[in-house]
Amino acid sequence: MKIHIKNGRLIDPASGTDAREDLYIDLGEVAAVGRAPEGFAPDRIIDAAGLVVCPGLIDLSARLREPGFEYKATLESEMQAAAAGGVTSLVCPPDTDPPLDEPGLVEMLKFRARSLNFVNVYPLGALTAGLAGERLTEMAVLSDAGCIGFSQADAPIPDTQVLWRAMQYASTFGFPVWLRPQDGFLAREGVAHDGVVATRLGLPGIPSFAETIALSTILHLARATGTRLHLCRLSTAEAVAMVRRAKDEGLAVTCDVGVHHVHLSDMDIGYFDSHSHLVPPLRSQRDRDALRAGLADGTIDAICSDHAPVDEDMKLMPFSESEAGATGLELLLPLTLKWAMEARVPLARALAAVTSGPAGILKLDAGTVRPGNPADLCVFDPEAQVRITAQSLRSQGKNTPFLGYELPGQVRYTLASGQVVYEA
Amino acid sequence: MKLPDAEALCEALIAQLRGHVTPDTGIVGIVTGGVWLAERLHRALGVSTELGVLDPSFYRDDFDQVGLHHDIKASQIPFEVAGRRVLLVDDVLYTGRTVRGAMNELFDHGRPACIELAVLVDRGGRELPVAAQYVGARFEVPPGKVLVLDRDALGRLSLTVSDKRRERKAQT
Amino acid sequence: MMARNPQLNDKGTLQHLLTVEGLPREILIHILDTAASFISVAERDVKKVPLLRGKSVFNLFFEPSTRTRTTFEIAAKRLSADVINLNIATSSSTKGETLLDTVDNLSAMHADMFVVRHAASGAAHLIAQHVGAQAHVINAGDGRHAHPTQGLLDSYTIRHYKRDFTRLSVAVVGDLLHSRVARSLVHALTTLGTPDVRAIGPKTLLPTAMEQLGVRVYHDMRAGLRDCDVVMMLRLQNERMKGALLPSAQEFFKSYGLTPEKLALAKPDAIVMHPGPMNRGVEIDSAVADGKQAVILPQVSFGIAVRMAVMSILAGN
Repeated sequence: MKIHIKNGRLIDPASGTDAREDLYIDLGEVAAVGRAPEGFAPDRIIDAAGLVVCPGLIDLSARLREPGFEYKATLESEMQAAAAGGVTSLVCPPDTDPPLDEPGLVEMLKFRARSLNFVNVYPLGALTAGLAGERLTEMAVLSDAGCIGFSQADAPIPDTQVLWRAMQYASTFGFPVWLRPQDGFLAREGVAHDGVVATRLGLPGIPSFAETIALSTILHLARATGTRLHLCRLSTAEAVAMVRRAKDEGLAVTCDVGVHHVHLSDMDIGYFDSHSHLVPPLRSQRDRDALRAGLADGTIDAICSDHAPVDEDMKLMPFSESEAGATGLELLLPLTLKWAMEARVPLARALAAVTSGPAGILKLDAGTVRPGNPADLCVFDPEAQVRITAQSLRSQGKNTPFLGYELPGQVRYTLASGQVVYEA
Repeated sequence: MKLPDAEALCEALIAQLRGHVTPDTGIVGIVTGGVWLAERLHRALGVSTELGVLDPSFYRDDFDQVGLHHDIKASQIPFEVAGRRVLLVDDVLYTGRTVRGAMNELFDHGRPACIELAVLVDRGGRELPVAAQYVGARFEVPPGKVLVLDRDALGRLSLTVSDKRRERKAQT
Repeated sequence: MMARNPQLNDKGTLQHLLTVEGLPREILIHILDTAASFISVAERDVKKVPLLRGKSVFNLFFEPSTRTRTTFEIAAKRLSADVINLNIATSSSTKGETLLDTVDNLSAMHADMFVVRHAASGAAHLIAQHVGAQAHVINAGDGRHAHPTQGLLDSYTIRHYKRDFTRLSVAVVGDLLHSRVARSLVHALTTLGTPDVRAIGPKTLLPTAMEQLGVRVYHDMRAGLRDCDVVMMLRLQNERMKGALLPSAQEFFKSYGLTPEKLALAKPDAIVMHPGPMNRGVEIDSAVADGKQAVILPQVSFGIAVRMAVMSILAGN
């Protein structure tokens, strides 16, 4: 299908483009930017006047809940949510049921995703069998099946020797290892950031050093093993500082932050609102400000949604008993735009955090608009305000602290491999 | 409207009660105006039984509409109610609901031999079959208005008409 | 996200009692004053008043407790309410109905008031948000968060013996980390104007950032007790020894137990309180528990009056 997108403001952070440029799409790829190819007769013309045209968003963490958690969400609903959010590629963590530690599971997931034909799904394989932190998985076989890296999701490996060996083994083949720094013992039973809010509310706390002690261990092991390391969902000011120092010393490490943590702090728990029960926990305002500073100065390479649809019944429970997580695929763009407005960050710079930044981490030739690349595009209205409601969200997860809020940015079209997979 | 002199009414009430009250009558004043009045009667009539004070807030019938009062005084009945002749005293008798509540509370203290009611003013407007045996004066007050008994720093009583309920004053 | 205080209704009056924190001083004083008028009711032969006649009070206890539930039951009955007790096991194996399903079923039976005790902080808030203006919720203890009627009855006791909060030094000793009683008392005391509230305990048993609640922290009990007017001893539970928080009850008693010798450091007329039940020889020496400075027994009758006050104020709002 030949598509002509005209009159749009093309923002492509990877190439530094921010200009009024038309786009021409053919055979699922970007055929040309600016001037139509010879004899181009479009089957469809999209008028993007007043709209931004950018690469489709790349979300570094979105739980699709298949296999195993279909009562919470399914591939269909969540991939539709991704398309509605302008997300054309997403990474899914291995904490499915069963965990993604066998090639058959990975192949099935990729097959299901492909047949739904919406967005690209890049699975992370389990670093240890069953995510149990004891035995290594068959990383080479899993990589062949399609895993783009290996992770423990939210299940830290308590045995540091096993962690060391796992990183060494992955490093042997150059496989990236994605780890969320958390010391399981220090975080045991905690549900909120250990500070005055948790004290007032009587909630068991997770101290900041539960993250930084684990981070220190992981960084040392990365230096020792030469592993390609990606740190997931930083939440503390101290962790940002540690990563900044590590990068300054030349360590090849990347990191991301969850989009809810860019905005919220433990104060947003309010009167025990379990929609603010997240992992890692929402921390102090000082921590949040440090995360924003880390995004601004490039210490933090990407923003992800950390999409985790949760059955509403599991949120209608006392805070510490509720299931943690927030729906995020459809909030990634609006919340990134909101951050950009508040922090006075140029739009291109903000979009880099969800396009070229993640692409760089994944080492994919994606997240950019270039002739010859698949036409994965997001066309959105940066001026429109959208009210977030249970009805407006396509995800089966309606669990977000931003329910009822008006947020900037409305996705009008999403194209994946040159096909319009979402239209407002 | 012209109101009678409360002090004069008080004297009139004392005159009516003389001869009908004995040393072991239990006089009980209903807060707040009824207590001021009861103190006067108690002194003037030479009753030896200690004076009782009743705040019938817990026995009101309008709890569901107006809730609990602020500033509730604890009721104190320092004598045995069972078998006693009781004289209930209030400043103004109007709908009769306060007196009904006061009687209910009194019965939770014991079964009196009889209860009589003395009021400074009966303003009519009864909503229950309640009557006072001893009345200082009978006159009407326009509905919606409140008839209030005040006591000044020297202890002198006076009557006024106002638009709203009096804030409960501290008992002196 | 909630902006408005969930304890207040549209008219700004108290719809639920979930925590002392955030309640204006006037409301606390109103509750204490109303409780005073209920004390005399307890001294009569007929200990009832008809305020809550025709109303149903449901005691929803997800955590077992005989004494607290009994005082709420007595308080409700003295207000002439109908009382129904529900003890719901919380073992994870019996997780059939959710918390809110249970509440919905009871609301269908026209409950006017729920008295809720639960092991998880925030449970009473969740129920209150759910029932809204349809019923009143009283928090009888949620996790380590709050036990507001206990905080109020402790304040009532202190006022009874000491009159003026604005001149007092009050020490709360022991396991504040896990104590909802301590949190509620601290909030009540600071709201009522107590200038010197002290928390005394080992670092393992004091919550993070405790000072930000308006409390001075002491690890040395002798220093902390000096010239205090009120000493509140908290109960130490056996589980604390297992969680690497304390080595033994004996060591705790050595450093943080209240003995006559340590009590002598407080003012000569200082009162000793304990929310009960006491562990003699762990928090408190028998000599002190049975001594003349201990006011532990009167706390019980004050508790009934305070709960009567809370129930009648809520029911009338």
